[in-house]
Amino acid sequence: MTAPNRTRRGHGLHGLMAEFETPQELVDAAHHAREAGYTRLDAYTPYPIEALTEALHIQDRRLPAVVLGGGILGGLCGYALCYWTSVIAYPLNIGGKPYHSAPAFIVPTFECTILFAAFAAVLGMLGLNGLPMPYHPVFNAERFALASRDRFFLCIEARDPKFDREKVWAFLTGLKAHAVMDVDE
Amino acid sequence: MSDGSDKGKPESSIPQPKPGDTGILAPGYTFTTLTDKLASIALSRRTPFVWFVGAAVGFMLSMVLLGALSYLVIRGIGIWGVNQPVGWGFEIVNFVWWIGIGHAGTLISAILLLLRQPWRNSINRFAEAMTIFAVACAGIYPAFHTGRPWLDYWLIPYPNAMNMWPNFRSPLIWDVFAVSTYATVSLLFWYVGMIPDLATLRDRAKKMWAKVVYGMLALGWRGSARHWQRYETASLLLAGLATPLVVSVHTVVSFDFAAGIVPGWHATIFPPYFVAGAVYAGFAMVLTLAIPLRKVYGLQDFITMRHLDNMAKIMLATGLIVGYGYCVEAFMAFYSGNTYERFMMWNRMEGPYKHMYWALLFCNIIAPQLLWFRKVRRSIPMLFVMAMIVNVGMWLERYVIVVVSLHRDFLPSSWGMYHGTFFDKATYIGTIGLFLALMFLFIRLLPMVSIFEMRAILPEAKVEEEEGA
Amino acid sequence: MSAERKPPGVAVDASKLEALRGREYWRSLEELARTEDFQEHLHREFRVPVPMDGGLDRREMLTLMGASMALAGLTGCVRQPEERVFPYVRPPEESVVGEPLYYASAHLHGGYARGILVESYEGRPTKIEGNDLHPSSKGGTDVFAQGFLLNMYDPDRSQTLTERGEIRAWSSFIAAVKLALERDRSAGGRGAGLRFLTGTVTSPTLLQQLQDILAAHPDAKWTSWEPVGRENAMEGARLAFGEPVEARYRFDAADVVLSLESDFLGTGPDMPRLVRDFAARRRGKGSNRLYVVESTPSPTGAKADHRRPMAPREIEAFARAVATQLGALPSGVSGVGASAAGAAPGNAPDPFAAAVVEDLKAHRGASLVIAGESQPAHVHALAHAMNEALGNAGKTVDYTEPSAGAPLTSQSATLPELVADMAAGKVGFLVIVGGNPVFDAPADLEFGKAMDKVDLRVHLGLYEDETSRLCHWHVAQAHELESWSDARSMHGAVTILQPLIAPLYDGRTAHEVLAAFTEQPDKTAHDIVKDYWKSRLATTGGGADLDTAWRTALHDGIVKDSEFKAKDVRVDSSALEAKIQNPKSKTEAEPAGLTLLFRPDPTVWDGRYANNGWLQELPKPLTKLTWDNAAMVAPSTAQRLGLQTEDVVELTLDGRKVLAPVWVLPGQSESCVTVHFGNGRARGGRVASGAGFDAYALRTTGALWSGAGLQLSKTLRRRTLATTQHHHSMEGRGLIRSVTADQYAADPRIVAKLGEEPPGPTDTLYPKLPTGSYAWGLSIDLSTCVGCNACVIACQAENNIPVVGKDQVTRGRHMQWIRIDRYYTGGLEAPDTLFQPVTCMHCEDAPCETVCPVAATSHSAEGLNQMVYNRCVGTRYCSNNCPYKVRRFNFYLYSDYTTEVLKMVRNPEVTVRSRGVMEKCSYCVQRINHARYAAEKENRPIRDGEIVTACQQACPAQAIVFGNVSDPDSAVSKVKSEMRTYGLLTELGTRPRTTYLAHLSNPNPKLGGAARPAGEGEHGHKDDV
Repeated sequence: MTAPNRTRRGHGLHGLMAEFETPQELVDAAHHAREAGYTRLDAYTPYPIEALTEALHIQDRRLPAVVLGGGILGGLCGYALCYWTSVIAYPLNIGGKPYHSAPAFIVPTFECTILFAAFAAVLGMLGLNGLPMPYHPVFNAERFALASRDRFFLCIEARDPKFDREKVWAFLTGLKAHAVMDVDE
Repeated sequence: MSDGSDKGKPESSIPQPKPGDTGILAPGYTFTTLTDKLASIALSRRTPFVWFVGAAVGFMLSMVLLGALSYLVIRGIGIWGVNQPVGWGFEIVNFVWWIGIGHAGTLISAILLLLRQPWRNSINRFAEAMTIFAVACAGIYPAFHTGRPWLDYWLIPYPNAMNMWPNFRSPLIWDVFAVSTYATVSLLFWYVGMIPDLATLRDRAKKMWAKVVYGMLALGWRGSARHWQRYETASLLLAGLATPLVVSVHTVVSFDFAAGIVPGWHATIFPPYFVAGAVYAGFAMVLTLAIPLRKVYGLQDFITMRHLDNMAKIMLATGLIVGYGYCVEAFMAFYSGNTYERFMMWNRMEGPYKHMYWALLFCNIIAPQLLWFRKVRRSIPMLFVMAMIVNVGMWLERYVIVVVSLHRDFLPSSWGMYHGTFFDKATYIGTIGLFLALMFLFIRLLPMVSIFEMRAILPEAKVEEEEGA
Repeated sequence: MSAERKPPGVAVDASKLEALRGREYWRSLEELARTEDFQEHLHREFRVPVPMDGGLDRREMLTLMGASMALAGLTGCVRQPEERVFPYVRPPEESVVGEPLYYASAHLHGGYARGILVESYEGRPTKIEGNDLHPSSKGGTDVFAQGFLLNMYDPDRSQTLTERGEIRAWSSFIAAVKLALERDRSAGGRGAGLRFLTGTVTSPTLLQQLQDILAAHPDAKWTSWEPVGRENAMEGARLAFGEPVEARYRFDAADVVLSLESDFLGTGPDMPRLVRDFAARRRGKGSNRLYVVESTPSPTGAKADHRRPMAPREIEAFARAVATQLGALPSGVSGVGASAAGAAPGNAPDPFAAAVVEDLKAHRGASLVIAGESQPAHVHALAHAMNEALGNAGKTVDYTEPSAGAPLTSQSATLPELVADMAAGKVGFLVIVGGNPVFDAPADLEFGKAMDKVDLRVHLGLYEDETSRLCHWHVAQAHELESWSDARSMHGAVTILQPLIAPLYDGRTAHEVLAAFTEQPDKTAHDIVKDYWKSRLATTGGGADLDTAWRTALHDGIVKDSEFKAKDVRVDSSALEAKIQNPKSKTEAEPAGLTLLFRPDPTVWDGRYANNGWLQELPKPLTKLTWDNAAMVAPSTAQRLGLQTEDVVELTLDGRKVLAPVWVLPGQSESCVTVHFGNGRARGGRVASGAGFDAYALRTTGALWSGAGLQLSKTLRRRTLATTQHHHSMEGRGLIRSVTADQYAADPRIVAKLGEEPPGPTDTLYPKLPTGSYAWGLSIDLSTCVGCNACVIACQAENNIPVVGKDQVTRGRHMQWIRIDRYYTGGLEAPDTLFQPVTCMHCEDAPCETVCPVAATSHSAEGLNQMVYNRCVGTRYCSNNCPYKVRRFNFYLYSDYTTEVLKMVRNPEVTVRSRGVMEKCSYCVQRINHARYAAEKENRPIRDGEIVTACQQACPAQAIVFGNVSDPDSAVSKVKSEMRTYGLLTELGTRPRTTYLAHLSNPNPKLGGAARPAGEGEHGHKDDV
């Protein structure tokens, strides 16, 4: 079967979106799409599906590094703060304790480590995901709202070198997609 | 309340949970029904009458808090019962109590996540909320119990003209760092955990303002597989960070006492036994909240007997650890051969506050032993009573540690008594009110059960890898 | 005020008082502005007690914070002292702004002068210190000398001359007196109806004036009345020597002392000197030994090596027995004595008495027997006889003529006579010069009622009090620190009082009032006093010209060689024996039941300090009770009658009733109940109102010191008593270490053994932090400390420590920086009482410092534990972590920021703390720095003894030594090097800079004076209220 003519609204095409009813169908579809040589594709699901990450060959190892960095930085800042204030900036005789009371400085150091690392994790995740992003073309797809409820979507993007609306349409339909739709820019 | 839960039923008929069901989710749910039911609590569904009652009470008590604190700032700390030698009273007791309560939330959301305990998915969201609100209540106390609250910012290290800095040797400064970090991280964790559900609400919302607000909060989440992958990593990392944090927080709180020289404070057992106590109190509070909630909102399908049973078991376990703590404390006091330590223990058991000590032993050690019996763990009223008893018991424990240690220390000449005044009690009641108010707001406006994590445990969520297709 | 807070009968007066108060306030300019609403406002402000949160009711707030309203009134009345005192037009020489000057003057205690030095900043007296040139002070002071400074600044003082409540000019008073005298002259002119009533007068000038007036009006009479009079002593002397003489005791020469209920270490005009001498002997070679028999515990009893609680009549019998066995009474009536002593079964002589006698005999010429004011005349006589028999006369005691004026003149009448005349209408013109007879005269005289019969009544007084209410004329009196006068010490040493400040209010001196009866009615006090001395100084002043002599006298605070020479008097023992063979009252059987003992209050004395916040809040030495007096009952008696502390009982003594709260007092004689008089003022002022009950209501001429046949009935009411110490046992902790002199001699290390081993200086991993060139330290000697509290008030005055009020004290929020812990050891009936002054120890490893989150308390290089008020946020963590609990917290805004006049009493060198900050002893850092500046100016190190802390200066026993512990030659280092030195709770590793010298007792081995190492004995839980 062929794709219906698009009623274009002056926009380009973001890609084609297939809707599936079960996660299983989506994962299979993803596999097939990869095998078919499509590279620029993404899936949208109501909950994380680990199988998809292999299916779509998603691997991003940057976040842990960011968090580690944050943690180390936090630790250093924490200790530096304690040391500088109580040994260099304003040394005081407090209860006969040495200016450099290392054991006492551990707690602030530790807390700073956690704090910085936590911020690194959250901000890192949002940053890498490019969030917040109030507008995204996929939201134009009708029924896409169901992606946060009970439907599973696979989107082959127009940027894909092998992208050809007709072929892709046919291909997706072939994957017993519940529905296939255009995604306008 | 029955009418509440009846109203709760969405049109699509859902099978009632069978009695004695041990699953972590009643069968028969689909992505659709589950999403609709949970989302409807925050969106379309008519607010149950109980909510209005509860919220009203909460807000009124919060006003009491407001009044008590304003008067405190006007008149001075003297309106409380604190004196020489008991420089800390209700306020620090309540501080420790609230902080402790918070711990269960983090434990459920972080540690159980690391341990891959899917049963946590239905309770972690409001447990986390509980953590944040409890910490908020706790924070009020140290902030206002100083003689000059308007100068509290001096506890924060900031560059100033006099080049004065906090004293990093003081456990109170450690508190500042620990508690503020704890609050921040919990908040982040909670919010990040909510993003996908906020997206759901955004997509389900009918009203314009709801769409806009939830839309903004959802940060444009679209459930992309790439996002999910990083999101999962981030949650795991956060959980990994929150776990040592939660342990450190009550450890640091316990340092407030352990680092002092007062007999009854100066004990190395404090950190572990404070942490255990915190979890103990925390789960008691989770039960206290979960039991009415599931009834009012008809969530028996998501918070099942299995959950209650598990939490009861954790309470029992931590309760035993706490009991061990008491024994060690008493033993060391005796074994040390130190006059002051021995007297301290004797004074707890025989002194003017002995009724408190024995009451706390009953509440925290004797009573919870009933939880050994499956029957008790399976009886909702009994569980609720147990939780209440433990809540009281843990408050008493802190009272005994703070007040009873201070009121008779080294020099008999300066021994005295402590009695909470009207304003001490008003402040306490007030924070409970604030806690309720925040809790009710949360229930009404945000998804109190993590929808996307619930989806993940539906049978239909299973995906098996087909080889080399 | 609940009915319970005031004894019945006062309420009536109070209502009248309020009416009058209203008028008094009416006098300020403020009020003249707006009448109606102001009165109404005033009403709201003062009358209706609006209950406030912490029970700190509105009235009390105003009391303590010095009612701003009253002050609005006051500023209207003050003749702006500032304008007259500073700024200087011609600054007096050697006055540097900011540098205090010290002027010598005197504090009158019951009329007797004790020399003081008054610290004055720009003409503001701010602190009282002892004058070491003065024989009655020798540099020490007592609580009254320290406290009476605050009386001068009291906003409740009466402020102007009034007639029936209306303001009058001084001239109109003079006119009124003239008129009265005219009338009398027309009626014969012998001044028949003219009467003067004074307190004890020792002022030569005033005596001269009185004598002149009495000479001019031969029928006029002069009466003197002191509630705490010395009649018994004088009468006793007359019995013994045939003439009234004052005994001058020399405890520094006495090895064995027997006190027959004499509280010479606790109170009395000569107390500072006596304590200093006694301490000197105790500290010096070998410890002296003190036996005390008394019916109610006193500081002297607490210091005794052997104390025996006895009923009054037992004491007399005991005195008799001892006297007989000493041979002071020639014929052998010892049997009588011994049996009468009652203490021993049958006729076997009481072993205690025997031991005392033996000990006294063993120390002929180096012993002393002293009888207390409360003892009847013949006990005093016996004491004199014993001293004579022991050959002490001339060695440890000599006799001078009394310096009190009353007996000198023929026209003197006793108070009962005066009242009789008044009641009979024979008195036309009564002049009350100072004092408050309506309040403190014996109840049976009904002085107040008799006054109605007097046509013209004039009262000179500091306050508009009970007496002035019943007088036509009230002359506001100038405070001693505001006026020119002179006074003699107990033994005649003359001090010329010079004003430290122009009268704050429109005050007049006694001299000026009496001048109104002479030819030069408006002569100023200065001229009167100076004229009197013009002639005499030239002679006594050792030939120097008048001006120099006058200046020297003022400078030294004493007129050279004015102290009386010893008189040669002998006891005629046989005559004496005849006189006291069978004393009337005591031989027949005592009426069964309880005896009520009257004693002056340890802190408000006879009532004249009742409106003094410092003294009201001062814990009484033995009970640690503040803001109240109580009926003190022995534990056994309390048990028998089912009484508990704080129960309110009705005391009935021949028909007169009073409601009083009970205080169970260990060591009290079983058959006696003791009440302190002076509190329960009807018109005492804002501080005094509501404090305690009026014990004078039971005190009669027949029972001035003790009244038998007391009925005591329990009511259902209770009255909260504010005490600063609830627990009286040391719980076996080595806090106060007490050993006998013998034990110490045998093994000096015994003191160290009584406590736990402190960690050595090397038991630390910490590096040594830089130290300064000085290391300040303090040492307190527990064997000489008599627990008199002088240090507490001195500290309060020096360091601007606020008064917090009864309610706050009951909540354990008293503020004094130094407190005197009092512990009991041994049995309840006759416990050993031990005192321990506790203040900040300035630990070298201070637990308080570590826990402060904002570093508001840190350590100076010189070892001071510094409290930085303006950095403190008030977490109170330091206080929790202080094992000595010496930190004090401002739970409210305790310091008075509103009362103008009270701002003047403050020490400008010390910060006034605001609400929400912690405070504590600073080792008087302001004095340290003062010395430092002086030293740096002269480019030299601070000398040893150059810094004297307030407590050290005030201490009459010189128990406190302060100085540089890093200098081995400093006084403090020498003291600390004694083996008696130990630190409090050193096992905690705090390394305190304040250390103690263990208490040395010197019990008589024959009386089984076994060492009772401190801390034994479990009792005294007056706790858990």
